[in-house]
Amino acid sequence: MPELQFREAIRQAMQEEMRRNEKVFLMGEEVAEYNGAYKVSQGMLDEFGPKRIIDTPISELGFAGIGVGAAMNGLVPIVEFMTFNFSLVGVDQILNNAAKIRYMSGGQVNMPIIFRGPNAAAGQLGATHSVAFESFFAYFPGLKVIYASEPYDAKGLLKSAIRDGNPIIFCESEQMYGMKQEVPDEEFLIPIGKGKIKREGSDVTVVAHGKMYHLAVEAAKALAKDGIDCEIIDPRTIKPFDIDLVIKSIKKTNRCVIVDESHPFGGIASEVGFLIQRDAFDYLDAPVQRVTLPDVPAPFAKNLYDLWYPNAKQVVDAVKSVMYKN
Amino acid sequence: MSKSAVKAFTPSGFVYKSTDLPEATKKDHKKLGLTTDNVMFLFREMFLQRRFEERAAQMYQKGKFGGFLHLYIGQEAVSSGVNFVLQPDDDIITAYRDHGWGLVRGISAKAGMAELFGKATGCSKGKGGSMHYFNAEGHFWGGHGIVGAHIPVAAGLAFANKYEENGRIAAGFFGDGAVDQGALHEAFNLAQLWKLPVLFVVENNGYSMGTATNRHTATEIYKRALGYDMKHAIVNGMDLFSVIETMQEVAKDIRENSNPWFLEIRTYRYRGHSMSDPGNYRTKEELEEFKNNDPIERLKTYILDKKLAKQAEIDAIMDEVEKEVLEAVDFADESPFPESNTLYEHIFSGDDLVIHDHK
Repeated sequence: MPELQFREAIRQAMQEEMRRNEKVFLMGEEVAEYNGAYKVSQGMLDEFGPKRIIDTPISELGFAGIGVGAAMNGLVPIVEFMTFNFSLVGVDQILNNAAKIRYMSGGQVNMPIIFRGPNAAAGQLGATHSVAFESFFAYFPGLKVIYASEPYDAKGLLKSAIRDGNPIIFCESEQMYGMKQEVPDEEFLIPIGKGKIKREGSDVTVVAHGKMYHLAVEAAKALAKDGIDCEIIDPRTIKPFDIDLVIKSIKKTNRCVIVDESHPFGGIASEVGFLIQRDAFDYLDAPVQRVTLPDVPAPFAKNLYDLWYPNAKQVVDAVKSVMYKN
Repeated sequence: MSKSAVKAFTPSGFVYKSTDLPEATKKDHKKLGLTTDNVMFLFREMFLQRRFEERAAQMYQKGKFGGFLHLYIGQEAVSSGVNFVLQPDDDIITAYRDHGWGLVRGISAKAGMAELFGKATGCSKGKGGSMHYFNAEGHFWGGHGIVGAHIPVAAGLAFANKYEENGRIAAGFFGDGAVDQGALHEAFNLAQLWKLPVLFVVENNGYSMGTATNRHTATEIYKRALGYDMKHAIVNGMDLFSVIETMQEVAKDIRENSNPWFLEIRTYRYRGHSMSDPGNYRTKEELEEFKNNDPIERLKTYILDKKLAKQAEIDAIMDEVEKEVLEAVDFADESPFPESNTLYEHIFSGDDLVIHDHK
């Protein structure tokens, strides 16, 4: 099985779906001639030509809106944001138009559109370039939100997203683009809304997605040395959220830690924590704990950034606290 | 730098006139290629929009439905004139003053009125209301409530037509308040850069809610086109034939050459911005001046002067429209509200109910 970088897995998903369906096209800043700001779309202009790989001006409101109109009128746009931080100047098109037009029209209008690009912090980029948006987009009815942590999941989920026929937020990460994993040659799809147990364990359920999944893996290794056996669930899709998988796991482990790159208020950990207390109250041997960002914008200085960003030690501590081993 | 004291930012003072109408065309209907039947059809269509909304306002005041109600009364020559020239499969999208547009684009008076009443039989199944009429089969893409936000969407409809090379054009309509939004500029730049087959139309009715045009925008509205080298024109929107004359040239050019146009169609709304607006920001004289230019009355006078029909025939059409509208009111009143379970429908396409539970 070939090893693919995360960026290559995303590229392959787009290429395969574009070969399969003429109506799929990619638009965004630097996606064509520049071969992608992060080289995700490298070579795609050569294969598909400028009609289907389209460089846009720095005009997120404009091209997100053009994507919405094109989707209403029968095409399947993949709209790339150089980062989701830049989507904010065009976010009305996503929240008010892409997410709501089908509902407001009584189901007459279809909205098959993907908004994708890097999300969340990527080192010392300062406060405006470091936001994890998945919980923000998940707040809104009418959007499905995906944030894969590994190349295999990314490819299978992006292919499903392109075929889904609905507005999808597909989150990536600058820091994961180079990450490698074996990805099969033959075609495969991963269903939207299904999480995966990526490490089986008996002591604590750790729920972690995106970059946070890798923190959970690191923490689980450290905890294993202390004889604590973590079960790691990667939800893969943020919305719809596979709560059943989490509840089932908690009924086995009786303890849970959620690792979430959101700020704490109204983040994914908040919602998932609520669902766990509702659906697994009698199974919990300890309050659910979470590791999140503080309620603070991203700082620049290296030492402050390291304080701000979640780390494996925090996950270890949270797991120990639900084990009452602190 | 001058240190003169700032007295006010937005220009103040009484507005005596919000827009100046350009001259109406001198061409008669035959010169424009219209038959007598065409003229009579357009008279009926414009009158239907008028009576539909007059009755809708009555029903609103009787408390038959809630929400907002923005009336198009006075602007009917724009919808009828533009739609007459466009092909039935050309794409149209507009803002929230959308009832007239829906009626000319295949939404029946019954389905339109039922939507106002929030009934299951409404054109958006009671999910959209007054501001969100849709008829996707008729290439009418709404009905949009956020000022200016649908202007890039209009360009997107046109983008799809160009991509598919299907010969269709898209037309996006918005009020003069929308020209101050950044969305307009981004859409204009992209449409001109990519040579999209799109018609942008500002229906300049003189007021962005209660703020007169010369109090909300820095220069003449049509000049928005100049910064993008976009073709443009100013049209007398109180005169049906003027709208048709310009549209014939513009639609042909867009279809043949795939380039955007920006039309400033000057018109006037007789009623307030919405039902709660007494209109204290304008003079009775201004309103009367435009009413004296009423597009429906002008056409009626034209029909009689040219002897295209007798008064009795016009009266018969008006009676028929009155009946259609009253039937629509009864239909809306008697129609059922949407079933409770439809609250959860129409969010996503596909069979799976994927909404997050809220218990």
